Amino acid sequence: MAVGQTRTERDWRMRLQDWLPKLVLSPSVAMTLLFVYGFIIFTIYLSFTGSKMLPSYDWVGFDNYRRLFGLSAWTTALINLAIFASLYVTICIAIGLSLAIFLDQKIRGEGMLRPIYLYPMALSFIVTGTAWKWLLDPGIGIEHTMHLWGWETFRFDWIKNRDYAIYTLVLAAVWQSSGFVMAMFLAGLRGIDNEILKAAQIDGASNWNLYRRIVIPLLRPAFLSAFVILAHLAIKSYDLVIALTGGGPGRATELPATFMYSYTFTRNQMAVGASSAVIMLMGIAAIMVPYIYAELKEKN
Amino acid sequence: MGFLDINNAVKAYGAVEVLHQVDISVEEGEFLVLVGPSGCGKSTLLNMIAGLESVTKGTISIKDRVINDVHPSKRNIAMVFQSYALYPNMTVGQNITFGLEMHGTPKPERQAKLADVAKLLQIDHLLDRKPGQLSGGQRQRVAMGRALVRDPDVFLFDEPLSNLDAKLRVDMRTEIKKLHQRLKRTIVYVTHDQIEAMTLSTRIAVMNKGYIQQLGTPKEIYDTPANLFVASFMGSPSMNLIPAVLVADGDQIAARITGFDGQPLLLRLSQNDQTIRNYLDAQVILGIRPEALTDADGADRNARNLQVIRNQVTVTEPAGSDTFVTTVLGGKDCVARMRADADVHPGQPFDFTVNMDKAVIFDPKTEDRIAGRH
Amino acid sequence: MSVATQDSAVRTGRITRTFIYVFLIFFALFYLLPFFVMVINSLKPLGEITGGNMMALPQDWTIQPWLSAWSTAQIGVEATGLKPYFINSILMVVPAVAISTMLGALNGYILTKWTFPGHKILFGLMLFSCFIPFQIVLIPMARVLGELGLSGSTTGLILVHVVYGVGFSTLYFRNYYAAFPTELVRAAMMDGAGFFRIFWRIMLPVSGPIAVVCIIWQFTNIWNDFLFGASFAGLNAMPITVALNNLVQSSTGVKEYNVHFAGAILAALPTLLVYIVAGRYFVRGLMAGSVKG
Repeated sequence: MAVGQTRTERDWRMRLQDWLPKLVLSPSVAMTLLFVYGFIIFTIYLSFTGSKMLPSYDWVGFDNYRRLFGLSAWTTALINLAIFASLYVTICIAIGLSLAIFLDQKIRGEGMLRPIYLYPMALSFIVTGTAWKWLLDPGIGIEHTMHLWGWETFRFDWIKNRDYAIYTLVLAAVWQSSGFVMAMFLAGLRGIDNEILKAAQIDGASNWNLYRRIVIPLLRPAFLSAFVILAHLAIKSYDLVIALTGGGPGRATELPATFMYSYTFTRNQMAVGASSAVIMLMGIAAIMVPYIYAELKEKN
Repeated sequence: MGFLDINNAVKAYGAVEVLHQVDISVEEGEFLVLVGPSGCGKSTLLNMIAGLESVTKGTISIKDRVINDVHPSKRNIAMVFQSYALYPNMTVGQNITFGLEMHGTPKPERQAKLADVAKLLQIDHLLDRKPGQLSGGQRQRVAMGRALVRDPDVFLFDEPLSNLDAKLRVDMRTEIKKLHQRLKRTIVYVTHDQIEAMTLSTRIAVMNKGYIQQLGTPKEIYDTPANLFVASFMGSPSMNLIPAVLVADGDQIAARITGFDGQPLLLRLSQNDQTIRNYLDAQVILGIRPEALTDADGADRNARNLQVIRNQVTVTEPAGSDTFVTTVLGGKDCVARMRADADVHPGQPFDFTVNMDKAVIFDPKTEDRIAGRH
Repeated sequence: MSVATQDSAVRTGRITRTFIYVFLIFFALFYLLPFFVMVINSLKPLGEITGGNMMALPQDWTIQPWLSAWSTAQIGVEATGLKPYFINSILMVVPAVAISTMLGALNGYILTKWTFPGHKILFGLMLFSCFIPFQIVLIPMARVLGELGLSGSTTGLILVHVVYGVGFSTLYFRNYYAAFPTELVRAAMMDGAGFFRIFWRIMLPVSGPIAVVCIIWQFTNIWNDFLFGASFAGLNAMPITVALNNLVQSSTGVKEYNVHFAGAILAALPTLLVYIVAGRYFVRGLMAGSVKG
């Protein structure tokens, strides 16, 4: 009977179609596994060795982490990051949300304002840093201009001041990213069903209550996304510090990212640098992993 | 062996079996409809025939060739999808001939076949348009054209009418039926709409929870449903299922049911064989189609066993051609289908004529039909 | 993002509206100020900057700073201007964008239409790789590039950017193709089209919008990168961001602010142009990585 013969004759195309997709995907997967996860494991390994200028393979356990947390430079960097990240995230969300809500009131010229708010996102942090470094320079920037305009007592020298320099970083970073947050919230607002708003107004909600009780709670996903994106950008911040303050004055604007770079490549303390990178990774993983997990799970 | 044989086919995802031991043999030229509620496994079975899902156990063969491991494009089948699946970037003509192109058919032949199909479906004037510019009905025709042009052994239809509005759906239904009558091709058609199943098919497979509940001609399915599921799924309004007790009535058997006020009503059965006698004094379910529950003038003249019961009318719903009358029997709302001008009024008692020739009896425990009809 | 405005469900009073406009315009000025200052001061002679008001328009308009930034300014030890580094950046960006976009399209296609057990985990791993702090890979990457003989070369930088860019491009295409009806792929399969044919004939022709989004995103990111450039480029392959930083931070000689500004604008020009020309897609790209609802 025909059955016996045709059973064994498995269609070659069927087999090809089975492995072709996996084959095409494999370079990307291999790259990711090697260059991302392989490297992460390697760096973690290094952080347990006594590597100085070059990698060495002598196991020293948690020594580097003990040293790392004993270094005042690292503690400073962590404290700076805490100040920077919390202000950066909060202010960006506050400005972004306000701009989005106000822009959503049938504003004339919205089409012109929106791109103005957003364009800094297209710039490199190096460019942003260059511009703000100069604006904040008391000798020629905003302070100088105010003096020329007759406000002789105006003082704005934060960038030269150890206690305030970290806030200049916040200022420049907020300038760059808050427009982006505005766009996220605006998209969220535009996604809200208009009938819900009408129903709330018929229920007698004032504008304030409408936003406080209905709209803002509905924007929860946008808040979450904004928080995740901003928090991870804050931890990774490197370019802006380099361009704006170089980590100074003193160590006033040192962040983990700049710490890692200088310990690894200029101070030849590779193992300490590696352990600081591991700490950074753990910080980001704590934020991103649950987020990615939830995003992927939702789509089932 | 038939033309298309589904031989003990099983589909399982891991340990979960979603389709159990399906066994259907389709003759050449048959129009088989797979019908059932969503999740019953009908689309899975169709996809297995198409080769879009693998067969876990058993075989599927077309013209005695087992096609379990044959690539979909090599099975000589064509499929019309629910969403039509027209390639948005190609014109209607390119959509229809894409399959021929992939199979290496030379261009002149493709064009000739395209012209034939376009004429058959009356879409000649649309060939240069993109799918986005077509109406629902036109898209539907193009999707059918794409299947027809391949001249396959078996046509597969996956709920092809469910995206159309009500009127267009009826028109296209007729169109598909005409096409089948003209071309006499083998068709397997999936739908959840029992009217489509009844009108189009030469045979119906009613499916539920991964099992074939009943396989038969539309008339068999309608008149002698194999079990309570088939009885309630097929037909609209669906069959009245009334709790009853079988009692002896002389040398005949009668079903005792309760009326609106709880008063007992006796309906003598047409059946009187040994199978049914085994259920004497037992709880059964009496199945009566709405059209077998009418006024005296509307009753079937050829029926041999017409019985009259007096019961309160609760609601009347005039539907133009018919009037649907609701009455309570056995504690359940039952629907009677009457002539439009039947003289019935809500809240008043009425003499219902029951055509007991058409009544079917089910075992409430197994849910299967007990006895045949006479 | 869709810009279908709400039909005035929310009504605001006159005073509130005035406040809103003031607020919105204030922030518009805040965002514009730094760029405005950079532009006008890049067109002044140095003397006008150090002695004058940064907000004042140039009295003596000059494009000398631009010419200097482009071709004669001192970058590190050489007085080449930014030109060679601008070219380096282009040589790096174009292939890196092309390769990562192409890979992303194929990956997205496979991860939505040819799924296999474990595809979600793979995608999750690729997605997470977009967000890692790159400090964690700097040390081994420097070594691997060395071993491959790619240290300080544009090829090396292309490799790095493809590796760490492919996660995002995969994300874009995957989300886009997920909304693309699978029935179409099945129909094409039954029509006899294979894996690549379906990709070329069915998927790619409708991928225009997401391809633009992806290209813009990758272009902006790779052009603006500093960390990888500073770590792996050496002198020969140095991208413009690193060169600009060297120009601005150089401690020797007089600080030519006007040249710095001209240089900064030059470095920002390509991404700004992209933003102006295709801003809509730019915004969509920013969104796609974050908000879904």
